[in-house]
Amino acid sequence: MALTQADIDREVSELQDAYDKALAGGAPAAHHPPRDYAPYRSSTLRHPKQPLVAVHGDPETVELSGPAFGHTDVTALDNDLTKQHHGEPLGERITVSGRVLDGRGRPVRGQLVEIWQANASGRYAHQRDDHPAPLDPNFTGVGRVLTGDDGSYTFTTIKPGAYPWRNHTNAWRPAHIHFSLFGDAFTQRLVTQMYFPNDPLFPYDPILRSVTDEPARQRLIATYDHDLSQPEFSLGYRWDIVLDGPSATWIEEGR
Amino acid sequence: MTEQTTALAPTPSHTVGPFYGYALPFPDGGEIAPVGHPDTITLHGYVYDGAGEPIPDALLEFWQADPSGSLAGKPGSLRRDPVTGGFYGRNGVDFTGFGRVPTDADGHYAVRTLPPGGAPYISVCVFARGLLHHLFTRAYLAEPAGDTLLSGLEPARRETLLARAEADKHRTYRFDIHLQGDKETVFLAFD
Ligand SMILES: [Fe+3]
Repeated sequence: MALTQADIDREVSELQDAYDKALAGGAPAAHHPPRDYAPYRSSTLRHPKQPLVAVHGDPETVELSGPAFGHTDVTALDNDLTKQHHGEPLGERITVSGRVLDGRGRPVRGQLVEIWQANASGRYAHQRDDHPAPLDPNFTGVGRVLTGDDGSYTFTTIKPGAYPWRNHTNAWRPAHIHFSLFGDAFTQRLVTQMYFPNDPLFPYDPILRSVTDEPARQRLIATYDHDLSQPEFSLGYRWDIVLDGPSATWIEEGR
Repeated sequence: MTEQTTALAPTPSHTVGPFYGYALPFPDGGEIAPVGHPDTITLHGYVYDGAGEPIPDALLEFWQADPSGSLAGKPGSLRRDPVTGGFYGRNGVDFTGFGRVPTDADGHYAVRTLPPGGAPYISVCVFARGLLHHLFTRAYLAEPAGDTLLSGLEPARRETLLARAEADKHRTYRFDIHLQGDKETVFLAFD
């Protein structure tokens, strides 16, 4: 039988309470979601049950380096999702900008940032998205850019809509943009999602709630930034990203 | 700009979801070896869930040393066409060391690459709908003496990291990934 939102809410709050209790008892903060998170149904058969095996900082470790990207891998228009078709996409035009930093606050330079998102109606330009909201012939929803010397990135796009999914009855995802990031090391690889401030769907979404640490959850939410808004053009959202995981430079410095 | 040295809390991971397929994969994503290179090997296999069912919406990434052992990599994995805004594909000459392929409807993937110099493994990063945080594993093409990771594992667990040469196929290695279950793959943490 299909689960209701109340069923999911109950499981979410039980797991939240257990996390809060552990944290109050001195357990370290969990920056990432647990891979085993029952309220997100698809996780049930897709998480390992054995603990991860630790690989310690041997400088020969292949994963402490990572792939290189360059100007051949992007075109100048790849970061403007509103210019990829002949006409203008429908929706609220936005500028999304921020910096990609490593765990020490150093800019991640010249690395690939990729995004994908639903259109203003909450529909992906993907064959298997059967949400009966209109496709927009002027919007695909895919962008990429290389970070600058200060780790900065900027995208011009439209604000994606919320959309339904089949996790449980009446499940809706808050509006979000999917992000994929590379650091200087493969260990720093990150795929995540950026949310918009004050979305009323936050409490109901088991994917956002899988991040049980409240400050960590807040780090997924962009900030409205009026200085980033462009007159007569777009609303600005700022979102900085911090990559986890060691890199070869940390090891060399004797971290 | 002054560089800080204080630790910053990381941005949490989230699942890649079901709809990355029109955004992340790119033509020649699995063709890491330069075109027609005589040393080319094929690494392929299936990705399975805890019920033993193949996963048709996983995304795999591969990172490795070039045949000389260099980990410098090269750009050009997803070369873009500034005229059409589409993809050119790789230039057919450079070895970038990076590959990315989605599993197909059967849960199968394949990449063509060159054997890495140095340590004989290819690093594999697994993303999937339902997987809230990616997983790292390694496809070892050989079992090197004195490898601290392999030597620290029980034989049955070690087995999951070994890509097996297939006798009936030319320079082809089979490497399956089990996210859960009896044959669960060894996944790695780096610190
Ligand atoms: Fe989504």
